[in-house]
Amino acid sequence: MLTILFDGIAYGMLLFVLACGLSVTLGLMNFVNLAHGAFAMAGGYITLILVNRAGVPFFAGLVIAFAVTAVLGALFERTLYVHLYSKTHLDQVLFTIGLVFMSVAAVDYVMGSQQVFIQIPSVLQGRFELFGIGIGRYRLLIIIVCGILTIGLQLILSGTRFGSRLRASVDDARVARGLGINVNRVFTLTFAFGSGLAGLGGALGAEILGLDPTFPLKYMVYFLIVVTVGGTSSITGPFVASLLIGIADVTGKYYVPKFGAFVIYTIMIVLLLVRPQGLFARAAGK
Amino acid sequence: MNAGIIKQVTQHLVNRARWSAMEYAFWLAALASIFLLPSRHLILTEVAWLGLFALSLDLILGYAGIISLGHAAFFGVGSYVAALLAKHAIIAEPVLALVVSGIAAAFLGFATSFLVLRGSDLTRLMVTLGVALIMREIANQIPEITGGADGLQGVVIAPILGTFQLDIFGHVAYVYCLLVLFVLFLLARRIIYSPFGLSLRAVKGNPLRSALIGISVNGRLVAVYTLAAFYAGVAGALLAQTTAFASLDVFSFERSADLLLVLIIGGTGYLYGGLIGAVIFKLMQDWIANLTPQYWQFWIGLVLVLIVLVGRDRIGLGTGMVRALGQRAVRRLPIPAFRIAAPPAEGR
Repeated sequence: MLTILFDGIAYGMLLFVLACGLSVTLGLMNFVNLAHGAFAMAGGYITLILVNRAGVPFFAGLVIAFAVTAVLGALFERTLYVHLYSKTHLDQVLFTIGLVFMSVAAVDYVMGSQQVFIQIPSVLQGRFELFGIGIGRYRLLIIIVCGILTIGLQLILSGTRFGSRLRASVDDARVARGLGINVNRVFTLTFAFGSGLAGLGGALGAEILGLDPTFPLKYMVYFLIVVTVGGTSSITGPFVASLLIGIADVTGKYYVPKFGAFVIYTIMIVLLLVRPQGLFARAAGK
Repeated sequence: MNAGIIKQVTQHLVNRARWSAMEYAFWLAALASIFLLPSRHLILTEVAWLGLFALSLDLILGYAGIISLGHAAFFGVGSYVAALLAKHAIIAEPVLALVVSGIAAAFLGFATSFLVLRGSDLTRLMVTLGVALIMREIANQIPEITGGADGLQGVVIAPILGTFQLDIFGHVAYVYCLLVLFVLFLLARRIIYSPFGLSLRAVKGNPLRSALIGISVNGRLVAVYTLAAFYAGVAGALLAQTTAFASLDVFSFERSADLLLVLIIGGTGYLYGGLIGAVIFKLMQDWIANLTPQYWQFWIGLVLVLIVLVGRDRIGLGTGMVRALGQRAVRRLPIPAFRIAAPPAEGR
């Protein structure tokens, strides 16, 4: 029982790292980005190539995956996404679905369609018992890494100058502009950072979520659920939503495997019905 | 004065709803394809049900402004219901089974329409997507009824109206699909040009104002969503009947996403948009799949990206220009019956 809870927490933490970039960019620019999973997949495959083929140590691979996807994210944001902020949601949806399709087919072409695994160091394999709870080492690592990241993000958001600029821009981009904040630059940085986190999440999660070219399609729903349920006004909302979904999904799949997939969608629809603006949203001033 | 305005508006609306020459040409071309392109009937059958499916999405996207990423839910329900009705010979006659399948999908549409009334675009995307995923999961989890991941096999379709047996070249199937498409198109056209259709446009334009002038916004959205679900269900049933097969693929996300592309190519908020889009999409798919069978999704994605970057308006402008050219050409003709609906201010 507690082992399932532990696995659920690890899964939820992973979802949070994958999705928090999406929630901030959505809140900041009101931009529906269905291609977020493509960046996660990119991170996963970059780590795969580095670790399995080039023999780079696992942790170094994670850091490089973060950096490369962040640069990639900034590049895409500056060249393509920037044209879409003023367009309708329908355009944004079409555009990002197009990107997803392209990334799926391109990765399929380059890397093949089979599921792949990143070689993780032997230290991280296996599990140990602690007070009667079976703890997977790899999952423990995920919880630690994601926990540090979450605390770090919270500190950046609440404590630094950039964080307050970001929060101001999310609250009301127009007024923030009027106060001299370069909202576009804030957004590019955030987008790059969010993409980088997604890449890191993709690399970390390859072991648990699996990695194959359909990754962006398979997990798009999960990211969107986190964002819609958690709301876009803070990172606490998506964090709680991720944990909730992670635990619910793992528990559902373990106890009622036949209905495992329903649990998550039902939770989503019920939550959206009860709280259409997300679990923790305030009335938005936009 | 007031009566004069009412008369003017009525006249304008009547003119607008009149059949234009281009429309006659379109349906004549469709009719001609039955006789002139017998070797292409298999792909034309696909064009016909895809066109109907796109028309269904246009009803909610183009006329009511609801973005849906899960329209395949209704398509799939129609598909499975039609296949099951035929397999177990509950309703063997295809036309009746078609209507029943559409009604089954409409029930689901009615039940889920209350979910899309609330929230923003993003919430709607999520809810529609979620409904389609749940339907897929249900079909996957009851293999004793639906055949699960293997699909529903052993479906035998009885002769249409008891006389016309479907042949392997798809000739009968094409005529059947085209007729169904035409009848449902007429119905949609009638609805769009009715006061109900106008009120839908008002709701799309500004829900708050339409509520203020006495339009029941939620009622209209529920009605059109249910209607669109019916159309999608019939389209799905056509697929199931013409292929004598139903599989989980009918619920897939790709199907909903491709459908958006079909409609965008043809243009939204314009009844022929879905039909023209279906023709172009199928031709494109056929062509690309011949070049790279495995990676055609890449090119579909590229088309989507390019369409958005170039701007849907400009593509819409392209078809608009073709339409205007056609109308101008026809206006020169001295036959009064071919007079085109145009507001008095235009073309002076």
